[in-house]
Amino acid sequence: MGQSFTQKILARGAGKSSVAISEIVDVTPDVVMSHDNTAAISATFKRMGVERLDDPRRHVIVLDHCVPAASEKYAQNHKTIREFVAEQGIEHFYDIQRGICHQVLPEQGHVRPGALIVGSDSHTTTYGALGAFAAGIGRSETAAIMAIGRIWLRVPETMQVRVKGAFADRVGAKDFILRLIGDLGADGGLYQAVEFVGPAIDDMAVDDRLTLCNMTAEMGAKNGYMLPDEKTRAWLQARGVKDYEPVFSDPDTVYARVLDYDVSALEPQLAAPHTVDNVHPVKEWAGKPIHQALLGTCTNGRLCDLHRAADLLRGKKIDPRVRMLVFPASVEVVREAMRDGTLLTLSEAGAVIMNAGCGPCLGAHEGILAPGEVCISTANRNFRGRMGSRDADVFLASPETVAASALTGQITDPRTL
Amino acid sequence: MTIQGKVWKYGNDVNTDVIFPGKYTYTITDRKEMAAHALEDLDPTFAKEVQAGDIVVAGSNFGCGSSREQAATCLKEAGVAAVIAASFARIFFRNAINEGLPLIECPEAIGAIEAGQTVEVDFEGGILRVGDKTYQFPGLPESVMGIVREGGLIPYVRKQLAQRKA
Repeated sequence: MGQSFTQKILARGAGKSSVAISEIVDVTPDVVMSHDNTAAISATFKRMGVERLDDPRRHVIVLDHCVPAASEKYAQNHKTIREFVAEQGIEHFYDIQRGICHQVLPEQGHVRPGALIVGSDSHTTTYGALGAFAAGIGRSETAAIMAIGRIWLRVPETMQVRVKGAFADRVGAKDFILRLIGDLGADGGLYQAVEFVGPAIDDMAVDDRLTLCNMTAEMGAKNGYMLPDEKTRAWLQARGVKDYEPVFSDPDTVYARVLDYDVSALEPQLAAPHTVDNVHPVKEWAGKPIHQALLGTCTNGRLCDLHRAADLLRGKKIDPRVRMLVFPASVEVVREAMRDGTLLTLSEAGAVIMNAGCGPCLGAHEGILAPGEVCISTANRNFRGRMGSRDADVFLASPETVAASALTGQITDPRTL
Repeated sequence: MTIQGKVWKYGNDVNTDVIFPGKYTYTITDRKEMAAHALEDLDPTFAKEVQAGDIVVAGSNFGCGSSREQAATCLKEAGVAAVIAASFARIFFRNAINEGLPLIECPEAIGAIEAGQTVEVDFEGGILRVGDKTYQFPGLPESVMGIVREGGLIPYVRKQLAQRKA
């Protein structure tokens, strides 16, 4: 029986020739990501009674969750991390000006096809879009890797999602992944690896592939994966990454489940409050008044996402009752969107241009919701209370749907504009 | 070890934001204070009324969402003796083991358990007693049990490091 991509990566990490499904393996990751939670991780690391990191080169730390610091407590948190970074000689440290970890790691060349990556953040699954194994882990175990360089992982089964067809105008990757999560449920991929293949994936830009793998976390998956191809190679080469060995599933891999999708007839989708799998066509919620529109986050803060919103808003004004907030995913995106005029277009339409970072997605700062308020967001989670008040509503949708809704002041199918 | 505890019962997909809200993840660092917010956005009565030794029971995918470890910490610190669910989200499962919070995956039993009743868990035997019914649940894999036996990940790593030096 063939070995899946994920089996091969975990076997290599464990120093074995092959591994079986459900086997627990001890692996040494190639890359370990942590963010603002590194202060807590460093405290745990010290409680383990060890002075120096097992290998500081393995660790990448990005400050993004509450940047710049919103309060003295957050400021102290960041300060603790900077001191830890200096004390341990951690070279791969990105301070508050760089952007969201899940965009910064790929952009800065820390994600290579065939790499074994873990991160103390659930959306670490994002990196699978470049052909890496990438899974979220907890804080204490990140500290344990700092101390002993190893972590246990259970070898998952793999689900294959075969996608064909061409997206209709103003429909895209976000609509597809929402539909998939709606169909499978929040536990539909629990403990599993999800492998996306097919012509619609081949046709998809790397930016959109990152969106798909990002949200596999919302169906409980351990990791997402896409076959590295010519687009992957070009994307990485533009960032100076050339030295890697792609890994593919064997042709005779046995999949736990194979799903077939044709995206040709797909309509714009949204996740209604308060779960990500509460997915409906946007038109079913059309007319619902909104107070805030959020464009950005690790799901949809990339250049192509900003372009899609700007295309709908160019020369127009968003509804004066709506606060539209734009958070580019990284400073690279900020600069590109500045150069090509996208940010000017969004600003002229009435949007507020914010800094590269997580923004209000996790309820820390920069756009918290009051009771009774409604936000439509390109983020990946709409759990009760996540973006502020437990009596606020968050809808998740594509950049096109968020921009269209900001324009009209109510939830709007972007195809109707 | 056999424990008996009063049940707090919840549904499917109890996520980490309702177990421990994101707005506290960088501002609350004290474990006791974490416990005071446990399940705040799902059941505001829980943190006030939970007693040491109580058991949380839920449907599938308990702990889905963010990787925040405080979701396991706040329940442990609130005195929760175990969580019984039809299934667990994978990062929560890892965090609970690392925290020393016992988890029992037993989908067959969930429908039979009612809020407020007392259930009994025999960890060695893998037996869950609900009224006059008994259910078997699978134990943790041996390699993971090593962490639990040492009392969580921190003591486990300390021991590994000590063995390296020896």
